[in-house]
Amino acid sequence: MTAAAAIQKAKAALALTSNYAVAYAVKAADVDVVAVYPITPQTTIVEKIAEFVDDGELNADLIHVESEHSAMSAVVGAAAAGARVFTATSSQGLELMHEVLHIASGLRLPVVMAVPARAISAPISIHGDYSDVMNTRDTGWITYIASSAQEVYDTVIQAYKVAETTLLPVMVSYDGFLMSHTTEPVELNDEEAVKRFLPRRERPNVLRPEKPITMGAFAMPDWYYEIKYQVQEALASSLKTIEEVDAEYGKAFGRSYGIIQTYRMEDADYAVIAYGGAAFGNAREAVDVARERGIRAGAIRLRVWRPFPADRLLKQLAGVKAFAVIDRAIAFGSPGGGPAFIDVATALYMGGMDVPGLSVIHGIGQRSMYVEDFVKVFEMLKDGERNKVVYMGLRL
Amino acid sequence: MKVVYKAIWDLPVEELFASGHRACAGCGPAIAMRWITKTAGPNTVVVNATGCMEVTTTQYPETAWMVPYLHVAFENAAAAASGVDSAIRVTSKKGLWRSGKTNVIVIAGDGGTYDIGLQSLSGMLERGHHVLYILYDNEAYMNTGIQRSGGTPRYAWTTTTPVGRAIRGKIQAKKDIMGIVMAHRVPYAATASISNIIDMSNKIKTALEYTEEGPTFLHIMAPCPPGWRFPEERTVEAARLAVETGYFPLYEYDHGKIRLNPPTSNMVADPKRRKPLREFLKFQGRFAHLTDAEIGELEKEVVANLEYLAKLASL
Repeated sequence: MTAAAAIQKAKAALALTSNYAVAYAVKAADVDVVAVYPITPQTTIVEKIAEFVDDGELNADLIHVESEHSAMSAVVGAAAAGARVFTATSSQGLELMHEVLHIASGLRLPVVMAVPARAISAPISIHGDYSDVMNTRDTGWITYIASSAQEVYDTVIQAYKVAETTLLPVMVSYDGFLMSHTTEPVELNDEEAVKRFLPRRERPNVLRPEKPITMGAFAMPDWYYEIKYQVQEALASSLKTIEEVDAEYGKAFGRSYGIIQTYRMEDADYAVIAYGGAAFGNAREAVDVARERGIRAGAIRLRVWRPFPADRLLKQLAGVKAFAVIDRAIAFGSPGGGPAFIDVATALYMGGMDVPGLSVIHGIGQRSMYVEDFVKVFEMLKDGERNKVVYMGLRL
Repeated sequence: MKVVYKAIWDLPVEELFASGHRACAGCGPAIAMRWITKTAGPNTVVVNATGCMEVTTTQYPETAWMVPYLHVAFENAAAAASGVDSAIRVTSKKGLWRSGKTNVIVIAGDGGTYDIGLQSLSGMLERGHHVLYILYDNEAYMNTGIQRSGGTPRYAWTTTTPVGRAIRGKIQAKKDIMGIVMAHRVPYAATASISNIIDMSNKIKTALEYTEEGPTFLHIMAPCPPGWRFPEERTVEAARLAVETGYFPLYEYDHGKIRLNPPTSNMVADPKRRKPLREFLKFQGRFAHLTDAEIGELEKEVVANLEYLAKLASL
């Protein structure tokens, strides 16, 4: 790229928080119905969308629902009637929605939701961690965890294509506050090009008077299992769609991310697996520092959390001596400490692999995660610490 | 009320609620469903809360609904219907909804309305959605096996308000759901009974017409033979006696003005035309334990409620 072109490119970028990036993506996707309820740190998404709607820049109906339960219910209703929909929430709001999350996937509705991830009460905390997102693990939603405002913008647009192709709901999550309220340069797409990327297609099963169908039927033991199995199958096969949509997006707009992201994994002896912006950013920095100190370190980011990208991850872990998972959530009372560690360990077992690992809990309720903490993780791995849960940053 | 139907032969012939569903013999709500769908016609989306009508009509892979139908959960029918309404309005503007003007009707029981669904109902009314919300009131959680709700009347036996040695039936009075809805200043709200089909059908028509302006509400009395403990051939009689004894007054709230409908208006004008409450209570097992004193108390409440409504109607 010439210097002039680089400047031109820089000019095309706006300074946006991840929350505003979501709002711009929703506008580009020409969403029809938005239903949201305010909650920190999500609120600035809906504030920005309200501006777009009230200025006539987004031709959508913004439903000012009286709770997050109703937010999810309203977008389920709108999606059932064939509309392109959006909602967003965090923390307690996601917990309140929980019942309807299962219904959105069970009804196979392409709902798209943004979740700046936040800690859960009690004690009440408005700060970031991934306790809320991790609690939705078994709801049948495709779940991305993005790591930059640019990726948030791109992923929300990709999410519509993935949702409308797989007929599954899609959640795009990212760090509450550390990303939701942090300004970064974001390159926006030409909105006409986004419309071409997201063409309107009539879905097969929607509420239409000329072809009446019953949605949300009552299933007895003779049918319930088969219907739920279809969700499981759709989720498993969605990884291919996620990959294809990412590649197609890359061709159209010049940015793609893959399912997992790796950093200096080519010759790594020790790997740190992380998700989200702050944890993976620190992990990458720590890899450089650890390598300066003579440790062959590498980092892996889970960009897609559900469906869990086991095959891709195992390929990366095949050559390492040990790994650590940084979890920003606690799986209370579990054998593995953190939810992602449990999944990595399960993936290894199911893949017939035996790689020792450390389960590291950090960044709970936005406890500061320092690069040096992550360097310490590499040092622990090198020193032979294995198969235990480490509560990093905890004051005892 | 807009009088579309003057007599029984004016009522729509087309059936949109199929027979063969699994509701109990003599089900009051099923009678309501039949007339709601007939009156609304095929260009209608029904959003149903969890409850008797949902469970008995949609057992996969069969359905009784010949109109598009959505069930999401128990407490959120009004929210889901808000989404359907918004979707139809916006996608119509964008040329993506090609079915023309379409009614959006919520159907929910007393549990789904008085209790768990009250918040989403209030939100939908406040936001002014173009939705007709129909409450079919059988006065308890019948689907789960006759538990008391906010719509259960005082002293009624239910499985969670048993007639014990210390406490005999439900202690509290039935919630004034119409009062709550009217407090939202909606264009139209009315009570109706499955015993008075012409009145009910005209109210459905009127409500749907006003729904173009904003949300409307119908409270339909729909007795439940197993829940109220009476023989299944007496459902319509039970509903009629609820009206004729003044237990369930028929009235409308039309743009701020309350109007009593016959026969309620007649018994307010001439108290002798109101049947004694005992006639409504006496053949129902749920009230079999009532003493004369308790019946007297309930009768006083009925009279007081009629006087209250008459005052509102005079404003």
